[in-house]
Amino acid sequence: MADLGVNICGVHFNNPLIAASGTFGFGHEFSEFYPLETLGGISCKGITLKKRDGNPPPRIAETEGGILNAVGLQNPGVDHFIEKDLPWLRKQNTVIIANIAGNTQEEYCQMAEKLSNSHVDFIELNISCPNVKSGGVQFGTSCESVGTITNAVKRHCTKPLMVKLSPNVTDIAEIAKSAEYNGADVISMINTLTGMRINIDTGRPIIRNNTGGMSGPAVFPVAVRMVWQVANAVKIPIIGMGGISKWQDAVEMLMAGATALQIGTVLFNDPYAPVKINKGLNDFLDSKGMKSVTELSGTVKPW
Amino acid sequence: MKYDTQKFKLIKNQEIATGIFDWVVENKELPALAKCGQFAHVKVPGKTLRRPISICDATDTTLRLVFQVKGEGTEIMSKMKVGDEVEILAPLGNGFKIEKGKKYCFIGGGIGVPPMLYTAKQAENPLVITGFRDKSLVILQDDFKKAGAEVVLTTDDGSAGIHGFVTDVLKERLNEIGEVCACGPIPMLKAIAEICKDKVPCQISLEERMGCGIGACLVCACKTKLNGEEGYTHVCKDGPVYNAEEVVL
Repeated sequence: MADLGVNICGVHFNNPLIAASGTFGFGHEFSEFYPLETLGGISCKGITLKKRDGNPPPRIAETEGGILNAVGLQNPGVDHFIEKDLPWLRKQNTVIIANIAGNTQEEYCQMAEKLSNSHVDFIELNISCPNVKSGGVQFGTSCESVGTITNAVKRHCTKPLMVKLSPNVTDIAEIAKSAEYNGADVISMINTLTGMRINIDTGRPIIRNNTGGMSGPAVFPVAVRMVWQVANAVKIPIIGMGGISKWQDAVEMLMAGATALQIGTVLFNDPYAPVKINKGLNDFLDSKGMKSVTELSGTVKPW
Repeated sequence: MKYDTQKFKLIKNQEIATGIFDWVVENKELPALAKCGQFAHVKVPGKTLRRPISICDATDTTLRLVFQVKGEGTEIMSKMKVGDEVEILAPLGNGFKIEKGKKYCFIGGGIGVPPMLYTAKQAENPLVITGFRDKSLVILQDDFKKAGAEVVLTTDDGSAGIHGFVTDVLKERLNEIGEVCACGPIPMLKAIAEICKDKVPCQISLEERMGCGIGACLVCACKTKLNGEEGYTHVCKDGPVYNAEEVVL
């Protein structure tokens, strides 16, 4: 048995698999399949300062090897999260990451303050949501805006700060450097790629929001490439995500330079994916004579 | 509620009307948990998303799933062979609530008819009104009769049964009905809800494009009005069956 545990910013994860924000709610539903300690951590559904209803349906469309979604950050608001959802989550013996999204810089800072006084382990700055009209990705697409918001939130945040990057940018490594320079403790990447599907009978986009964020196996090579580029550009740890659906993908993403991983879309296809990926990861490490999953990170030997 | 996804064996796959397939799948554990109006989330080889299919009928060891080929996923399902293994997450969602001693009217429109069969089996001497576009799409008439229901057939073009809509029949028979349960296209549900309003209770079953199937991903949103407050609930977990007056159609 290899050691699957990883340590990020002094926080211990039972294993490197973290449920990705937006695919796992606040954990209640998936806890009906297995104990949540099966996962190294949970990145909770993106929360905002005030409750949000989200976008009208349809909010999802399928595409070859993936999906598009545009939920629009439906959530009960940060206070509800802290009072009603967090106490139960805290008891699940897994790392809890609060994913926050705001309309303004002030809202991000207010939420970071509230959550710094709560029992979450990390705050994940969601500056990459492509599905809301204001806020979200508008903060995440230039080095300057990423730097400004990271810097501001960091001053209101006593928890380790994870910045979740959008792939919808020209040079993600430069963006990551700006986040690191301005105080990010961890990078999580990649959020979804903006996409669109059209119903050819009606001429209407399938998703009511017209566009949606693409995820699933089809985006995996893009995510691996970006994680590799960012790993070469920053010193802080990277949590890699984007289309991981089997243990081989997990190995690949770790080799590209990730310290831990988030998985999301695969859960819709197979809720037991985390159990299977962890087992495959363990068997792979054993077969290679590796004692710890940390030995895999960044081991790619580029040509 | 405990969730589980398990392997089922496909023991029947038959086209019972144009583009409509009748599956029976077998598993020792999960079918016995099924209640009327719930659904099954079927894993389709090669597809990222599962397909939510209403439960048409159930025994302790089998689920009957009747579905229409609408796209690539259901097309793959329609071509699967008896003996194939299928992975299914079931049963999911809140079904119809059926009380004893009440005169029920079950209404199905098109591919909304199948979930009404297992539902009709839970009531005594129910009236079942089924509506289809035309003769080529008519399904399950004998099944309802065998279940002891009085079944009325309507088609939009008059090619089979009564020429007209399910709502025409409902209006005529409303005074003998204690409660209505319906599944079908939104315009039909809207018309039924309007007829029932302030007269008889009405439950409706909805569908929406779905992700996880268990209420975590929040994609299958349905606009509802609960305690005077409008908002989105989710068809997979809060539904698929709602009280008609709670839904903003």
